[in-house]
Amino acid sequence: MTEIKFVLNGENVTIDVDPTKRLLDVLREDFGLTGVKEGCGEGECGACSVLVDNEIVSSCLMPVGNAIGKDIVTIDGFSKTERYRVIHGAYEDEGAVQCGFCIPGMVIATESLLNKNPNPTEEEIRDALSGNLCRCTGYNMIVTAVLRAAERGRGLW
Amino acid sequence: MVRSFIPGTYEEALGLLDENKMILMAGGTDLMVKKRNWAGLSPLFDRDVLFISELAELKYIRKSGGFLHIGSMTTLEDILVHKQIPEILKVAVRLMASPGIRHIATIGGNIGNASPAGDSLPVLYILDAKIVIDGKGTERMVPIEEFIVGPGKTVLADREMIKEIVINDVRFDKLHYCKIGGRKSDAISKVSFAGGISYRKGRIEEFRCAFGAVAPTVVRSRSLEASMKGLGTEGIESVRNEVKHGYNELIRPIDDQRSTAVYRKKVCMNILDEFFDKAGDSK
Repeated sequence: MTEIKFVLNGENVTIDVDPTKRLLDVLREDFGLTGVKEGCGEGECGACSVLVDNEIVSSCLMPVGNAIGKDIVTIDGFSKTERYRVIHGAYEDEGAVQCGFCIPGMVIATESLLNKNPNPTEEEIRDALSGNLCRCTGYNMIVTAVLRAAERGRGLW
Repeated sequence: MVRSFIPGTYEEALGLLDENKMILMAGGTDLMVKKRNWAGLSPLFDRDVLFISELAELKYIRKSGGFLHIGSMTTLEDILVHKQIPEILKVAVRLMASPGIRHIATIGGNIGNASPAGDSLPVLYILDAKIVIDGKGTERMVPIEEFIVGPGKTVLADREMIKEIVINDVRFDKLHYCKIGGRKSDAISKVSFAGGISYRKGRIEEFRCAFGAVAPTVVRSRSLEASMKGLGTEGIESVRNEVKHGYNELIRPIDDQRSTAVYRKKVCMNILDEFFDKAGDSK
């Protein structure tokens, strides 16, 4: 066990943990942040996406030992922001959510993209979401929702 | 339970590595899947783990004396956005994994993992990459084709780690890169191919190509490449079949869960044809 410190959803946290443990498990089990989902567990589906220093990372592949000093934001923390409110509204209006399991990851991927590129093309959106699988929507509504979020949130990113 | 070591400096990491036999943890994107356990449980490591991913001294890209030096813990994303990285390496990296993986996966990790399907590898082969291996008091430089000796096997000794990758900054006139996979992102290659050609006065000066995922290690043949040197459009056409035959002998794919040997071989030959078409087109 090792003492590991990082910033989680804006707060400094310290945890005594096995550093090889997946960040995903630490978030869900030690911190109770169940907005982070486990889909495939091998980096193919993106359901476990979180922001690490503002960029999307698959938390099932990251050992918590690599998280020391990082700024980590999960959907649970991100959902308290104005940017989230805009993304949420756009997803809702475009019918981009069906079963919802992939959505925390999709929203994190959307934020990671818009943070770097506030005015993305459709191709750039598809590229940014390429690591996130959705088995319900067929993706088109999600892509449209991201375009809509970028439009409505102008100035936020 | 295995112990974990998280050194604060590169020097400290080399010291720890000198004292213990350890598994090197870079970004974790391959290792964490290989050692995967049930959800909530620690991964199944059978040796102590040394965390090197966050060592600042191993994260850099710099040019010196016509060579590009890439620190082993440079992430794929950092490679993608850096101005001095050769275009063909960027093309390959852009098709690797997904954004969520590229932000933590490292170039040193991709090389050390030594998968026959590692997608940075064919490009690094044709760029004549050299791997700088470091251990306490020892440093050596090995060409990438000698560094990787088989699937998952390298010449890295227990007390060593990859410090940096040095590439010759060649600029090809024509590039050809292909990745054949089941999905646009997050796909492990069925076949990958990197090729580059440069000309002088309408004749081939450099012809280099490498195939991934179709043999225990990446396939590159310097002798077949040498036979292309100095050829013009007609010359290229006249040796096409002979050179293709040469590669056909070297490419030894297998059947696995991703594809079949027959398919892989056929695709390799088709890609080679495309590459020849490109080579012969004098524009």
